[in-house]
Amino acid sequence: MSVTAEKSVYEQLGGEPAMAAAVEVFYRKVLADDHISHFFEDVDMERQAAKQKAFLTMVTGGPVHYSGKDMRAGHAPLVKRGLNDSHFDAVAGHLKATLEELGVAAPLVAKVMTIAESARADVLGR
Amino acid sequence: MAKVKHESDWYPLESGESVLDALLRQGVSIPNACRAGACQSCLMRAVAGTVPEAAQVGLKDTLRAQGYFLACACRPPEGTQLEVTGAEALRIPARIQALSLLSTSVLRVRLVTDSPLAYHAGQYISLVREDGLARSYSLASLPHEDALELHVRLQPGGAMSGWLAHDAQPGDRLQVQGPAGSCFYVPGRPEQPLLLAGTGTGLAPLYGIVRDALAAGHTGPIWLFHGARTPEGLYLTSELRALAEQHPQFLYRPGVLEGGSRDVAEGALDVLIRAECPKPLGWRAWLCGDGPLVLSLRKKLFLAGLSLKDLHTDAFLPSVPSGQRTSDAGAR
Ligand SMILES: Cc1cc2nc3c(=O)[nH]c(=O)nc-3n(C[C@H](O)[C@H](O)[C@H](O)COP(=O)(O)OP(=O)(O)OC[C@H]3O[C@@H](n4cnc5c(N)ncnc54)[C@H](O)[C@@H]3O)c2cc1C
Ligand code: HEM
Repeated sequence: MSVTAEKSVYEQLGGEPAMAAAVEVFYRKVLADDHISHFFEDVDMERQAAKQKAFLTMVTGGPVHYSGKDMRAGHAPLVKRGLNDSHFDAVAGHLKATLEELGVAAPLVAKVMTIAESARADVLGR
Repeated sequence: MAKVKHESDWYPLESGESVLDALLRQGVSIPNACRAGACQSCLMRAVAGTVPEAAQVGLKDTLRAQGYFLACACRPPEGTQLEVTGAEALRIPARIQALSLLSTSVLRVRLVTDSPLAYHAGQYISLVREDGLARSYSLASLPHEDALELHVRLQPGGAMSGWLAHDAQPGDRLQVQGPAGSCFYVPGRPEQPLLLAGTGTGLAPLYGIVRDALAAGHTGPIWLFHGARTPEGLYLTSELRALAEQHPQFLYRPGVLEGGSRDVAEGALDVLIRAECPKPLGWRAWLCGDGPLVLSLRKKLFLAGLSLKDLHTDAFLPSVPSGQRTSDAGAR
């Protein structure tokens, strides 16, 4: 964590309660998208929703910490199942749409998208 | 290697093995059924050692605080030790008051407990026979009624359902453990539309929840979709029709896959629901019965806009025979 005084997007969004609302919107989009939904079809929807929350918290700069190594390990099984750039782009698209739907200002959305993009190589195991 | 102590003996666990599997493998008899963290038949209590968090998912706070955990979901880390006892202290003795058929394939079981059981209509209990055979059943009765009511589907070759149908007699004694589960009505928003859907004996908890909601003065629409393969699979139809006549806000919709009629719609449950409740935004829903159907309905309703916190489900997972190991991934 860097020691800047600037608030994270996570805090500006409203912290934990805002994440809970965002998760449902995001997870719904992901599940409804046939191109990627098969990666997210955990029979236990609560468990899967908790992971989506970790994802959203991370890309908004909230209080979770995953190293690049964690990201690689976490998504390695998915890469084995064919995870590629097109899936990454789809997830990024749903992330952007979710934030916009929740009324997040454009500069903040852009910030989140930069963080998400920076995880591409690790997520795709390159 | 992890170790578990039960009744003064220590038992080693194989790497990644659950406490339930380890004890059963080494000849200790522990009540169990679904082995997927859903039925709570294998509830045990830790008297020393640390219980992994995953083994307490879905348990009431009061039970967690006392060290209760689900043996099928308890995989102690390497090198740790756990001392456990059974959940006998939580069981209430009961006797069978009456047994009667609701249809050719569904048995109504009425039980009277020796001491009162505090529960909400729609929760489930574990029925434990004298020899330790345990199965979960949902409560169709209301707490103020004088007996617990269960609807038991007659499963061909079924240990518990077969025994109840052919051998058990009124007066026979059993034990009841529970209640558990979050499928019940919570008063507070009397105008909120409610959606209840289930197949087969999935009607049991829904029958309890509907009557509970009506008794609590619920004024918003209460939709009940009961699905079966054929009309013979439906039951309590005249009772539910009578209830709908008395309460205009209650909408009873029986449906079958084949053999529909003027009174019984024909089609898949999710299609029937979508036709009559296309936009369930802000509703509360309860889905009970056959596992895969409950999970797929839950997903469809979530996609239709229902919030996960307003979606309550009980998947009636079947028992898994001893000897077959619980999967590591687990359903939860
Ligand atoms: C939370 C919960 C609530 C439940 N509530 C009810 C209820 O209200 N009413 C009710 O009737 N049941 C309910 N069940 C299911 C019930 O606990 C038993 O699994 C069921 O009655 C069968 O038990 P049995 O001993 O008769 O059959 P078993 O001896 O357990 O089964 C005999 C054989 O049939 C198979 N089998 C059993 N059930 C199925 C199935 N559904 N699909 C495919 N194969 C199956 C078994 O794997 C086994 O091979 C519930 C289960 C859970 C987890
Ligand atoms: C923007 C880049 C991404 C980031 C920052 C990210 C981050 C995360 C995080 C933090 C978790 C939770 C890990 C845990 O707590 O166990 C997770 C899990 C998951 N991610 Fe991603 N993710 C990204 C892209 C993707 C993509 C493109 C897919 C697939 C299309 C995907 C699919 C999954 C799945 C299925 C899980 C759950 C895995 C499991 O069940 O264990 N992720 N991700």
